[in-house]
Amino acid sequence: MEFIYYFGDVFTPLSFMLLLGGTIGGLILGATPGLSPTMAVALLIPFTFQLEAVQGLILLGAAYTSTVAGGAVSAILLKIPGAPANIATTLDGHAMAKKGQGARALQLSFLSSAVGGVLGVLLLIFLTPLLATWALAFGPSHLFWLAILGVTVIGTLDSASVVKGLLSGCIGLWLATIGFDDVMGAQRFIFHPSLGGGINIIAALIGLFAIPQVLTMFAKGRHDNGAEVIEVQRHSVFAAMRELTTRVRALSIGTTIGAVIGLIPGVGGQIAGLVAYDQTKKFSSEKEKFGTGHSEGVIAAEAANNAMVGPSLVPLLTLSIPGSPTAAVLLGGLLIHGIFPGSDLFDNHPDVAWTFINSMLIGQILMCVFGLYVAGLAARVAQVPQSVMAAIVLALSVFGAYSVQGSMGDVYIMACLGIGMYFLERFGFSAAPLVLGLILGPIAESNFVQGGMIADATVGRASYFLTGGLNMLLISVVLASIAYSAWMELRHRRYTTKEEAYA
Amino acid sequence: MNRSQHVVGSGLVFAVGILVTWISFTQQPAQAFLFPRLIATVFVVLAGWTFGKAVMGLSKVGNGVSAAMFLNMLPGLIVMVVYLFWGAGALGFYTATALAFFVLLSIYDPAPHDEPRTWVSRAVITAGFVAVMYGLFSELLNVYTPKEILF
Repeated sequence: MEFIYYFGDVFTPLSFMLLLGGTIGGLILGATPGLSPTMAVALLIPFTFQLEAVQGLILLGAAYTSTVAGGAVSAILLKIPGAPANIATTLDGHAMAKKGQGARALQLSFLSSAVGGVLGVLLLIFLTPLLATWALAFGPSHLFWLAILGVTVIGTLDSASVVKGLLSGCIGLWLATIGFDDVMGAQRFIFHPSLGGGINIIAALIGLFAIPQVLTMFAKGRHDNGAEVIEVQRHSVFAAMRELTTRVRALSIGTTIGAVIGLIPGVGGQIAGLVAYDQTKKFSSEKEKFGTGHSEGVIAAEAANNAMVGPSLVPLLTLSIPGSPTAAVLLGGLLIHGIFPGSDLFDNHPDVAWTFINSMLIGQILMCVFGLYVAGLAARVAQVPQSVMAAIVLALSVFGAYSVQGSMGDVYIMACLGIGMYFLERFGFSAAPLVLGLILGPIAESNFVQGGMIADATVGRASYFLTGGLNMLLISVVLASIAYSAWMELRHRRYTTKEEAYA
Repeated sequence: MNRSQHVVGSGLVFAVGILVTWISFTQQPAQAFLFPRLIATVFVVLAGWTFGKAVMGLSKVGNGVSAAMFLNMLPGLIVMVVYLFWGAGALGFYTATALAFFVLLSIYDPAPHDEPRTWVSRAVITAGFVAVMYGLFSELLNVYTPKEILF
């Protein structure tokens, strides 16, 4: 129950202001189609440089939580999901809004998001210390395999093609080796002076997530969103609360599925929302009402996509393995402050770890309260033409990348990676495994080198890396994730593009 | 997507894979390239597999870039490249941002081009946005950006 001691730290004036600002800003950003939670968090990282580690994380955590919930606003009022996680919300949420029940849909959406989110964070609170203690048993060979596991799981589960997903991960791991070698000081792959210091993670994250989105908006040409905001009529919040208590089945299915899916690295919020929607429909006595504006559809989808936020941070905070692209960006936010997740975080920086986690708990409540007030404004912002949004994101990317180290080299790297990633995505590659490769590459390499030294002095490399219970378990999981995804791909070609998957 | 796009895309990735593998196995000191060798081997095998599938017409994932998409994107891409690789450094961040922002709005804004009112609105939005960026980065975050022309 250590987390209780750090609750007060969330309520210091600056921390609470950041939590509030991150929540309200996240709700508005989340409602904006094209601005994914990952991109929003990546663009916010430069704003945390001047903050203390814990304050920076509070801002990023609040933005992460509320962008997922904010996406429901445009899903309900515009029929455009603010993020992939809100696709399932569109199915019944927009139908409710068209029937004049927009306010009710929004209230149910934020209330179920808050319930799912709070339970997800509670799971994070109780699971994280247990796993962090377990992580102490990990030696260099285990950490090496864990890093490889992080890349392969996301590579195989997040991509339309297993081979292209793994290849994206390899590209990321290779990019991580660019620069000077830590042990020998040798130059590796320095094709241009800008690469001398290696690839800066933050500049890379901004480029890989923001620039492809800018180019996607350009590729749509000169047109507006074509979306009309549906006006909402007043509806009692207490009536929505009462309704939620009568829809406990949908709420519990959504929350349970979201929390379980959140724990599996690589499976995103959109899967959580869609699976929860599907299962709630199966167990519902009013199956035929789904898709026509049934509140259970909204409740299940929103409870699920917010319930997965907390658990998706469990592998990150305990084992340094980000469970999702947004968690990978948060890892970048931790590393720039010199904090390494795992036992180091809980033993040496418990104030940072627990204040951050507590802030996510408080953030869920704030998100629910302010979501209802900000929804109207957020829906208007969502109507901003994509041209304006593209130009804003482009400029923020340039300033964000430059402000990391005050170097034009970072801007060039950001631009090259971003433009390259756009074309790679069009050929079926995925940014998430590439980012994980880039972030986990140094962890994998340092443990590979360290483990190699221990192995040379003891049992030899093959025995050290390939035998032992934990090594075998991790290798089995790596192979199983690859084999399962390959089998699924061969049996049912899952989809050929992400757009198709969402459809 | 047509087969040639798959071949070109995966061919470029395969070429990078070969280059990385060649450098990893030829550069010294070998100890520093141990991990890159491991990665490069897997990289080149997977890239070769992908390229082989593309050549045989078996690539299914990814829908490439259609001519219409590319033509829509091209002006923005050119403005972006000029802004990022030359403008920001040579003109100064805020001047280049103002110019790039205004040009991008002019190209992609769905509002009509023949009404003076829309041009005034684009100019006002640009000025407002640059002022916000200046306030955020220069005043609040103290980020010192290259200042070549004006600011």
